[in-house]
Amino acid sequence: MSELAQTWRREARGALVIAKKNALLYYLKPPVLIFGVLFPVFFFLTFKMGRPVAAESIVPGMVAMVLWFTASAVGPLVTPWERRAKTYERLISAPVSLRSILAGDVLSGLVFGACLSVIPVVIGLALTDARVTDPLLLAGGIVLGALSFASLGVLLAAPPASSPSNIMLLSNLVRLPLLFVSGVFLPIAQMPGWARWIAPVSPLSYAGDLIRSGFGQAAYFPGWLSPVMLAAFTAVLFWGACRFHRLTRARGL
Amino acid sequence: MTAVIEVRGLTRRFGDLTAVDHVEFEVNEGEVFGFLGPNGAGKTTTVRMLTGVIDPTEGTATVRGHDIRREPLAARDHLGIVPEEANVYLDLSVWRNVMLMGELHGVPRQRRVAEGDRMLGLMGLGERKKQKARALSKGLRQRLMLCTALVSGPELLFLDEPTSGLDVQSARLIRQIVRDLNRDGLTVFLTTHNMAEAEEMCDRVAIINRGEIVAIDTPDQLRDLARSSQYVEVSFEAGAPSADDLEALTGVERVVSEGDRLLLYTQQPGRTAVALAGLADRDGLAVGELRTCKPSLEEVFLYLTGRGDGEAAL
Repeated sequence: MSELAQTWRREARGALVIAKKNALLYYLKPPVLIFGVLFPVFFFLTFKMGRPVAAESIVPGMVAMVLWFTASAVGPLVTPWERRAKTYERLISAPVSLRSILAGDVLSGLVFGACLSVIPVVIGLALTDARVTDPLLLAGGIVLGALSFASLGVLLAAPPASSPSNIMLLSNLVRLPLLFVSGVFLPIAQMPGWARWIAPVSPLSYAGDLIRSGFGQAAYFPGWLSPVMLAAFTAVLFWGACRFHRLTRARGL
Repeated sequence: MTAVIEVRGLTRRFGDLTAVDHVEFEVNEGEVFGFLGPNGAGKTTTVRMLTGVIDPTEGTATVRGHDIRREPLAARDHLGIVPEEANVYLDLSVWRNVMLMGELHGVPRQRRVAEGDRMLGLMGLGERKKQKARALSKGLRQRLMLCTALVSGPELLFLDEPTSGLDVQSARLIRQIVRDLNRDGLTVFLTTHNMAEAEEMCDRVAIINRGEIVAIDTPDQLRDLARSSQYVEVSFEAGAPSADDLEALTGVERVVSEGDRLLLYTQQPGRTAVALAGLADRDGLAVGELRTCKPSLEEVFLYLTGRGDGEAAL
């Protein structure tokens, strides 16, 4: 096996071990459940109650919102939690690269988000008239969206905080404003002009668009653009995460 | 002798503070190398650089020939680490903690299961495999930390204050196991505040003060460094020479009275003892006990660090 292949194999193995560890330790932590699961449920109820909106029309938005909150909830928790529990130092002194550790964090966010977003899909299909017309687009939206959201979560965990609540606060400062300009509650085409200008800077806009297309609703962006943008967001956010985590570590924090 | 660790000009600055200043030393294969220093001297920063937690500002080090900056993963492959401020995963079981570190080191499943079982048995944790680490006492958690560090079969073990704050039984067990592993070929890098532990366990000791190495040698040789801390201890059955007579003896620098014993600090303990015997004979005094004493490692440590004139002693 070539040296490059061995390196990649080693990195992939490390990422999988980290993802498994995160799943065992953090999926059921209260902050993950509160910010990842309860938040979107209450947002949905707030949006739906008392409004004359067909339930099936908001199912894609609900799926996108659950994905947004769940996939990006794991990353901000893991690093500060490990710092506080004093397990972080031992982890980074293991023969695993920082990139591999962060890839594991992204992977655990991806799996958490993708699995939990199946719940609103199933509920939507069972209780409303919503129908999946293109499973590939729906699955692509969920997987690519989860990847970019999880990368965002890992990037947000870079500041040297040892308290998960501080990082959760920071992550909500980023996640909540983006939620409102991403066409989750209202299709982007129906949003005011200024919001339509901001929508393209949010990965949630593209994931929401793909998911909406999967449910047979009209897409706002061209079909090729959303996967490309989500892949680009993932690459840039993960690169930023590696860079900032490395900087924090280099400063001994 | 093969060097497992070679440190050259290793330096770490935090802003204006130089925590470690051009440190150089080697750790030889199969030895227990003690790394001593007062709080804030740079011990943990040095260990954190060697184990890849932080990068050096200048200089470098190799572990088994692998540069810690250019080949950090290959260097860390050889290490087992028990950091000072570290913990096991409290919400994982004892067994899962051990397996996790084995997996991170890429130990094949069959070997890590066998080694994990063996290490837990050795540490007296075999019966607690299924318990959450949260349920363990501090001493048992430290034993578990040692298990997780050893499950990959490292060639070099870093122990940063391994017995600090532990009960006597756990501390003794950890020391015994480390000694046994060392006898089987494991090289140990031990950072400790406990001088008795260093004296008991270490083949060689480095003393770091204010970021600089002030001495590296065997504990015996280090004791020779603090020549002014050598003394002749004497007690008389009845009566005693005058302080002036004692201070006039060959080599005596000062005399300290401790109960019925007199300590005559000298750089020539043998000649002082002979002169003292002569004095007792001349004055018709019966000597109860007479012995020459080298300083303890603790006294050497204080001599080299506490007074801040360690370099002068070298």
